Amino acid sequence: MRLPPASPERELERVTRLLVRGGRVIDPTLGLDAVRDVLVEDGRVAAVGEELLSPPREGDPSPQVIDASGLVVAPGFVDPHAHLCEPGWEHRETIATGVAAAAAGGFTAVCAMPDTDPPVDDPAAVGFVVAAGRRASAARVFPAAAATVGREGERLTEFGEVVGAGAVAVGDAGRAIRSSRLMRLALEYAQSFDIPVLAHAEDPWLAEGAVMHEGVVSTRLGLRGKPDSAEEIGVYRDLALAEATGGRIHLQRISTAASCRLIRQARERGVRVTAEATPHHLLLSHDLLESYGANYKVDPPLRPRADVEAVQAALADGVIDSVATDHAPCHYDEKEQAFDEAPYGAVGFETAFAVLHTELVLKGVVDLPTLIARMSSGPARALGLPNGGLAPNSPADLILIDLGDEWEVDPDAFWSKSRNTPFAGRRLVGRVVRTLVAGETVWTLGDESA
Amino acid sequence: MTAASPPAPALGKDLTGLERLSGDQIRRVLDLAVRFREISDRPIKKLPALRGKTIVNLFFEPSTRTRISFEFAEKRLGADTVNIGASRSSVSKGESLVDTARNLEAMRIDMVVVRHWSAGTAAFLASRIPSNVINAGDGAHEHPTQGLLDLLTLRDRFGKLEGLRVCIVGDILHSRVARSNIYGLVNTGAEVAVCGPRTLVPAGIEKLGCRVFARVKEAVEWADALNVLRLQLERMQGGFVPSLREYNRVFGVTRRRLAQAPRELVILHPGPMNRGVEIDSDVADGPHSVILRQVTNGVAVRMAVLALLAGRESDAPAAGQPRAGA
Repeated sequence: MRLPPASPERELERVTRLLVRGGRVIDPTLGLDAVRDVLVEDGRVAAVGEELLSPPREGDPSPQVIDASGLVVAPGFVDPHAHLCEPGWEHRETIATGVAAAAAGGFTAVCAMPDTDPPVDDPAAVGFVVAAGRRASAARVFPAAAATVGREGERLTEFGEVVGAGAVAVGDAGRAIRSSRLMRLALEYAQSFDIPVLAHAEDPWLAEGAVMHEGVVSTRLGLRGKPDSAEEIGVYRDLALAEATGGRIHLQRISTAASCRLIRQARERGVRVTAEATPHHLLLSHDLLESYGANYKVDPPLRPRADVEAVQAALADGVIDSVATDHAPCHYDEKEQAFDEAPYGAVGFETAFAVLHTELVLKGVVDLPTLIARMSSGPARALGLPNGGLAPNSPADLILIDLGDEWEVDPDAFWSKSRNTPFAGRRLVGRVVRTLVAGETVWTLGDESA
Repeated sequence: MTAASPPAPALGKDLTGLERLSGDQIRRVLDLAVRFREISDRPIKKLPALRGKTIVNLFFEPSTRTRISFEFAEKRLGADTVNIGASRSSVSKGESLVDTARNLEAMRIDMVVVRHWSAGTAAFLASRIPSNVINAGDGAHEHPTQGLLDLLTLRDRFGKLEGLRVCIVGDILHSRVARSNIYGLVNTGAEVAVCGPRTLVPAGIEKLGCRVFARVKEAVEWADALNVLRLQLERMQGGFVPSLREYNRVFGVTRRRLAQAPRELVILHPGPMNRGVEIDSDVADGPHSVILRQVTNGVAVRMAVLALLAGRESDAPAAGQPRAGA
C-alpha cells in the first residue's frame, strides 16, 4: 500500500488524538452500520468501537472530541475523475479552489485529470499538481498522468517516471486513444507499475462533431447527435484489450445500457475492469436539452431515460463500482454561447452526494451504505488508493453527513470558481456538514472563512 | 378573424420556430399574409404599419434570398432596417453573440431577424434581449418563415392544409426547412412524409409525426405535393452520398419519375436549386412547379410575422377578394 502523496506532514504532527463520538458509522469495507465512536491518532484511524475512551484512560491526554450524534460518519468520498484545470485553465478552476469545493462536497481524495494546458504528461507536471494539492490542504490530490505524450495518441508517456512523481493512473482524459495497438501497449506497460489505465471508451469517428445524444431530441433540435454505439464500440474494444493483456482498466463515465451489459459480462469472465458513472448520467436524461441549456452539455451526452435507469441499476448491483463527478468547471462566458460553441462539462463536487441521496437513496434505488461504498471504497479500489474505509490504520479521512438537512442548490454559493451545474435550484435532502482529512477538519458547513 | 373582442396576440414576443405554434396561430399568420400580399401588387408598395420601427437583419451565414425577402417585407411596412452580415471567421475572433445583440439593443432597436449556423441561436437571443426576435434559420433546427411560406403556397393551391399529403424529399438530416415544414404541416392537420437516403434521414424522425419513404417512387405514389430540398454539395465530402450523379439517378425529382404519379403533384423547392441534382429543370420550370409563387409568398408571410410581433395586425389591408379557400 503506497502512502498518499498528498498527505501533509504538518497534519500528522498537529492532530494527535481525536474522538468522533456517537455518530452512525457507515463503513461498507467493514460491513458496519451502527452507532460507534471513531478514534483518530496521528492522522490515522486508531479504532472504531462502542464507547471508546469512556472513561478516559489514566494518564492519557484527553482527546479533542467531535459530537457526531444524529449524524452519519462515513469514509471520505474519493473522486476518480475530476478536472482541476490547473495549469492553463485557471479562469475555470485552480487546484486550490477545486479541492476546497471537493471538501465541501465530502470528497477527501480527488484524482485530477491530465487534460490541462500543458497536459500533465511528465514527472515535472505531476510534481506540480502534487505540490499544489499539498499547499491547498483540503481534499488530497492524486494526479492521473496522460497515457500518451501531449494526449496526442502517438506514443506512451513514461509511466514509471510519472508514477514515481505521484501519479496513480494514466489516461488521456476526454479523448480515446484511437490506435487499438497503442491502447494495448498502454494496458500491458501499465502492469509493470500496478496502475489502471483510465479509458475514455469511444469510437472517435462515430462521435465526431456530435454535441448531444443521437435520438429524437437531437433530431427535433437540429443538433448533431452521438449514437449509443460510439460508446458501446469503445467499451467493447477496451474490454477486449484488457482481457487479452490482463491489464487493469477503469472505464470512465459510462452512460448507456449497452455499456453496462458489456461490463457485466466482462467481469463475469474475470476481466480486471472497474467502471464509473457520474451523478448527471445517473439522474438526467436528454429531454432536458429542449431548452438548449448549455449546462446540460456534457460528454458523453445525457441519454434517454432507459439508459439512465440501466446505469442506476448497474450502480446498485456493483457493475458500476464508482461514482465519479467528472467535475468540469466552465466559465460563465464560455457557456453563454450558442449550444454548438459552448464547451462540455458540469461542476459536480458540491452536489454529488446530495443529488444521489435525494434521487436514488430516498427513492429506494440504492441504499445508503451502497451509495457510500460507490463514492468511497469503490473508487479507492479502482485507483489502488489506501483511502475509502475506516479500518484501523487507514488515513483518517472521514465525513459527517446530516441526512435530514434540506437545502437548495445555489450556484453562487459554490466554493468552485465555476457555476455550471445542471442541478441549479434543485431542492435536496442530505448534506455533508464536515470533512476531515488526516483527522483535521478541512471544511465545516456554515464556515465561510478560507 | 374579425371577432368583436380583441383577439389574443397571434404570436408571442418572438418567432423562433413552428414546433410550438398551434394550427390556429399558423392559420392566423397565413390569413394576414394573404391580406398583405396585395400590397406587393400595388404600384406603391408601402404601408405605414412599422413606420418608426428599427429592425436589424443579423445574418451570421450568407443568405441572399431570405435576407432580401425580409428586407422587402420590412421596407414595404415602412420600417428602418440595417443589415449586418458577419462571417463565421470574424465572429469567432470578435465579440460574443450576446454582446453583439446587447450592443444593438443599446441603440434602441425594435426587432432582430437572425440567421446563425448554430441550432438554438434564435431562442438563445430571444431569451436574453427584450426586442422581438425572428428566426431566419438556426443551424439544422428551424426556418419558420420558410415553413410558413410553404404552407401558404400549398394552401393557395389546394384550398386547405387539413388532410393534404406532403412529402419532403432530400437531405432531412441537415435541413431546418424540413423541420419547420414538418411542424407546420403536422400542426395544421396535413399528413407529412419524408424521403431521402437513409444517411440523410435523422434518427427518430417518425416520432415527429411523419412517415418515412425509402424510395422516391413510394413518395410519388402517396403524395399530393413534394417539397424538394437542396442537396448541399458538401454532403458528398461528408460521405453521406457517394456521388451527385447517383443522387440524381436515385433520389432526383425528374419528369420521368413524376409521370408515374397517380395524380398531378405540386412541386415546391426552397431554393437555391441545384438543377440536375435534386430536381430536373423540366420539373422546376414545369406547369406544376410553384417555386416562384413561394418566393412571392415569402415577402407576404414575413410582412405578416413582422406586423403580428409588432402588434400592428390591424394595419393590414382589409381582406379583399378572397382567393381560393384562403
